[in-house]
Amino acid sequence: MGWVGAVGLSTTFVKSGAAATTKHFTGYPNSFAILHDITLCVGCRTCEAACNKVNELPQPDKPFTDLSVLETKRRTTTKAFTVVNKYDNSVPSETPIFYKKQCNHCLEPACASACFVRAFTKTKTGAVIYDSSVCVGCRYCMVACPFEIPTYEYDQALTPRIRKCTMCYPRVVEGQLPGCVEACPLEALSFGKRENIIKIARERIRKYPDRYVDHIYGEQEMGGTNWMYLSGVPFKDLGMREDLGITPAPQLTAGALSSVPIIVGLWPVLLAGLYGISKRKEKIAKTEQEQAVASALDKEKSATSQIEEKS
Amino acid sequence: MAQVTTAEQKSIFSLFNFIALIIVGIGLYLTYLRFAGGLAAVTNLSDYNPWGIWISFDLLCGVALAAGGYVTSSAVYLFGMKKYHSAVRPAILTGFLGYALVFLAINYDVGRPWRLPYPLIVQQGTTSVLFEVGLCVATYLTVLFVEFSPAAMEWLGLKRARNLVVKLTILLTIFGVVLSTMHQSSLGALFLIAPSKLHPLWYSPYIPVYFFITSVVAGLSMVIFESTLSHRFFAYKMDETHFKEADGVTLGFGKAASFVLAGYFAIKVMGISADNNWHYLKTGYGSWYLVELLGFVALPSLLYAIGVRVKSLTLIKWTSVLAVLGVILNRFNVCLIAFNWHLPSAERYFPHWMEIGISVFIVMIGLILYRFIVTRMPILYEHPDYKDAH
Repeated sequence: MGWVGAVGLSTTFVKSGAAATTKHFTGYPNSFAILHDITLCVGCRTCEAACNKVNELPQPDKPFTDLSVLETKRRTTTKAFTVVNKYDNSVPSETPIFYKKQCNHCLEPACASACFVRAFTKTKTGAVIYDSSVCVGCRYCMVACPFEIPTYEYDQALTPRIRKCTMCYPRVVEGQLPGCVEACPLEALSFGKRENIIKIARERIRKYPDRYVDHIYGEQEMGGTNWMYLSGVPFKDLGMREDLGITPAPQLTAGALSSVPIIVGLWPVLLAGLYGISKRKEKIAKTEQEQAVASALDKEKSATSQIEEKS
Repeated sequence: MAQVTTAEQKSIFSLFNFIALIIVGIGLYLTYLRFAGGLAAVTNLSDYNPWGIWISFDLLCGVALAAGGYVTSSAVYLFGMKKYHSAVRPAILTGFLGYALVFLAINYDVGRPWRLPYPLIVQQGTTSVLFEVGLCVATYLTVLFVEFSPAAMEWLGLKRARNLVVKLTILLTIFGVVLSTMHQSSLGALFLIAPSKLHPLWYSPYIPVYFFITSVVAGLSMVIFESTLSHRFFAYKMDETHFKEADGVTLGFGKAASFVLAGYFAIKVMGISADNNWHYLKTGYGSWYLVELLGFVALPSLLYAIGVRVKSLTLIKWTSVLAVLGVILNRFNVCLIAFNWHLPSAERYFPHWMEIGISVFIVMIGLILYRFIVTRMPILYEHPDYKDAH
């Protein structure tokens, strides 16, 4: 039972104590980030091709040079860790808008917090990586992810895995750029230290206030992410949620988990107390009954003896 | 006292056997498809909808409807309501079978069921609500097994071991309530991490409390409902005590359920106020929410109260069905109907018939096991050798 109690304790005191302290985790120092400047993206799908190559994913039905796939809205799949979607510009004369979607690598990831076997790790580079060697396949990470990114190999009978962007963790630790960033022919993707990336983004908004919405998507969303976005149109027009808030996902469940040790500690006392009260009531009732019987017998006895005396 | 004659009983059971055989046959074939072809072969699950009816019905409803065990045993052993004693064993049995079947169903749902012990022995994800659920359900299944075991040991004649376990009754009951409080509420807390996906009317910081309170409603109502069914089919197995106490159980549990539902209604209204979600009531989801709140919470509370007031056992029994359906509806709303409400209808989930087939198969296994046990072990009657031993 004590072990059960440890569940919430570790959340409340060890992990981050998000709900109980004033601490705010702003990410690992010197972690990397990627800025996707949506205004610069032309929808060439080169990033998709590069992602496919570095992650050794199966070839899609239509080649990456075929831009007709942009006509339908796509999401990440087990075979595509990143997808570019096309959105009509609200100004008819303007060109359409292209937005590249992949794992945002949250500073405090919902998937990692939700995983009951710690298959996800937030690395110091900023990447959120997944270890399929321990994954049970419960898919709670998919329920938890506010960006609907993780995908699952439903068609695998024995070895289904979660699949998602790794922010090219293996490449980055070797000093290489992520596949998509390296491949981008324009400046739509910039890679660097998160602090610097935020500065660059702010600078662009300051320099070209007419070009950008005054917001860096991902700086604060869900507590902040290692992928951030600049856009010329409201983010919600690109299917990006603007109602996610700035609370990191682990905080959403920290309160409920912290009640666990309280229940483990107090419930047995309360219940044993109720048991004691009901036991005692029984005992008193029994004694009272015995006394009543005894006194009734006494009365009867004395009555009989009086009758006997009289006779 | 028995309502059906033996001849009728036989024909009912042979019909039952026939249906059971078909369902088990189909179930085994679907099991083969599931493990040979993966989840995609039998389910409509997708990357947007990772959880389907095996979670919403088999896990969420299964655990809630199996709450009769801790509700009844705590009433009798901890709160001293001895007049309900004959209801304890059937309730513990259905609780135990319920949890065992939840565990069975989970093996279908997770991708690699042989790794289910990993969170306990390989790496502990203690920040996960699911970790707590898993730990508590595993522990509570063990507790229920031990609580159930005296009946089996009386049947097998293991007197010594049986007496030893009976001595642990109070301890086990307290364990059961602690564990149930935690995992019943945590099943609701699972959804706390997804405020952007669950409709605001169902998403609430109180959702763990809602799940716990409704588990009490489900437990009380299932005891009434099951007792109705047992009287229909297994009356010949019941002893005099069971018959004598049965009406009292129905009245007492109906009264308790009426109160608990009233309290639940109150905290639901407070939940809407706390988040100021009143304006959502005007929407389509709002109407659906009102159907749940008025038709499946307020109405059963009222009907239970009337049933107890006019001492109508029939009304209470029918109300128990309504209340159980209400809990099922609530779990479906949280996990499926109001979950992913922001997605276009093309991306929404509807179960494949084979998913439903597996769920029916698992419920059928439960019915077969229940029948096997109550026709052999002292569940609905006291074993003659162990009278007054409780």
